[in-house]
Amino acid sequence: MTAMLEVTGLGHTYQAKDGAHTAIADLSFRVGAGELVCVVGPSGCGKSTLLRTISGLIRPSKGEITLHGDEVRGVPDDLAVVFQDYSRSLFPWLTVQGNVEFPLRRGLSRAQRRTRAAEALEWVGLSAAARKHPWQLSGGMQQRVAIARALAYRPALLLMDEPFASVDAQTRFELEDLLLKVRAEHDTTVLVVTHDIDESVYLGDRVLVLSGSPASVVADLRVDLPARRDQVTTRESETFVALRAEVARLLNVGKPAEDVADRRRVDEHRVDEHRADERRADEHRAARWAEAERAETERAGLVAAHERDDLFSR
Amino acid sequence: MRALTRGLLGAVGFLVVWELFGRSGLVPLEYLPPPSVVAVELSKLLGDEPFLRDVVATVLALLIAVGLSIGIAVPLGLVLGSVPAVRHATRAVVEFLRPIPSVALIPLAIMVLGIGPEMKISLAVYAAVWPILFNTVYALDELDPLLVETARAFGAGRARVLLSVALPSALPFVLTGVRLAATTGLVVLVSVELLAGGSGGLGQFIMEARSGAGRMDLVLAGTVVAGVIGYLLNEGLERAQRRWVGWGSATGGRS
Repeated sequence: MTAMLEVTGLGHTYQAKDGAHTAIADLSFRVGAGELVCVVGPSGCGKSTLLRTISGLIRPSKGEITLHGDEVRGVPDDLAVVFQDYSRSLFPWLTVQGNVEFPLRRGLSRAQRRTRAAEALEWVGLSAAARKHPWQLSGGMQQRVAIARALAYRPALLLMDEPFASVDAQTRFELEDLLLKVRAEHDTTVLVVTHDIDESVYLGDRVLVLSGSPASVVADLRVDLPARRDQVTTRESETFVALRAEVARLLNVGKPAEDVADRRRVDEHRVDEHRADERRADEHRAARWAEAERAETERAGLVAAHERDDLFSR
Repeated sequence: MRALTRGLLGAVGFLVVWELFGRSGLVPLEYLPPPSVVAVELSKLLGDEPFLRDVVATVLALLIAVGLSIGIAVPLGLVLGSVPAVRHATRAVVEFLRPIPSVALIPLAIMVLGIGPEMKISLAVYAAVWPILFNTVYALDELDPLLVETARAFGAGRARVLLSVALPSALPFVLTGVRLAATTGLVVLVSVELLAGGSGGLGQFIMEARSGAGRMDLVLAGTVVAGVIGYLLNEGLERAQRRWVGWGSATGGRS
């Protein structure tokens, strides 16, 4: 399989007034064309930084990123990003249609833009909402708009930053299946950053497990599940349960001792009890990560505000 | 409709108090004529061509002044708001110029521009530029970095980010600035007309009604018209704001 994205020896250190912060130490991985790879890691481990370096929004301190063979310097023109916070990444003054057309300026006529946007909205089932404004839609629908906008751009690589973390569980399942569907139909290469272990296994062809900050790759797991997945049966399957347990265990490295002791005790119990316990541990971890993630985002935001000049320039 | 009813009640109450006060004998009738007298004069004036010409002169000058202010302040605000170096370099000058009352510049303006409408329009622009400028700069400070990142990730360059993201996102603030600017501009225009005269307008009408015949009823009629112009302008802009940039308040914290 040819590599669509290749990250080699990537490292990034933020320089701030109160000292330097290394978000990524040394990261290397590849994503093949047409693959869907999930990156999962403890929050604050530099996932957002990774995403911003790949999308060319920030220049990494060291290492190299290539997208279908071309080194990434500045924002590549065939890459699309879906951010977690749809309410802040959609343009409130534009209609849904306008939002989807926004990235399509270069080399396309008005009619072509319109057709492409209509097409992408159909893929995500939002044709009826084309003339509404984002704030008139539910959260799940807004995130669909963001996905349609990214798809309409026909990116070589679709980057997603915790894309379903801000919607309720039911909507998350819907959006996950939507992503799998459009990705299968259009053969898009996708890199999803998430802190949800279940989600990473459910969505991915591969799961990249990162270590805590500064980030490095702990494991690169192949997900041996059938291409067609189902929210109920897939999640019940032995492969799925085994994989999510493995990812959870890998992520546990370097966690406080009581977590590990917990797990050892759990191992002696029945499987379903194990699952319940694990879920609880996951939730506990998720909460802690969310906290760390906020800290990291804040740090990145501070830097951005600091170099306000940079905000506008490429 | 309830808001309208309440507004009307307030206005009627104000007129009643004015009427009673005017008739009470506390102030001589010719100093503060009651609204009933002023209304009669006003209705006569509305059919009076020279007066209408004065009103048109003021309104026209105001529209020109506000238009020019927008044309100057918005681009300037975009530059100051997005290039910190320019903003820092100009801060001292801006803070020095801003507090100077336009009226204090009348002598200078007459020297440079003469006594025609250019002079009063320039002074009105001087006063009206600030609220628009400051609102634009402030709006860029409040610009959500994620919106900018989104646009940049889709390959938008600096100019496109500024025009297609920063500007529309600043629009609710800018319109608020324009509303303030229109009111300020009207005050300055009427003041300059009143103090410097020369180019007609409501201010000059008021001045002449006072100094010639001491007709306070005419003075007040002119004042009421000035008030009505200000009110209508503010109301119209508020409506435009609700209609065009309704998302500003609908999304919360952006208005």
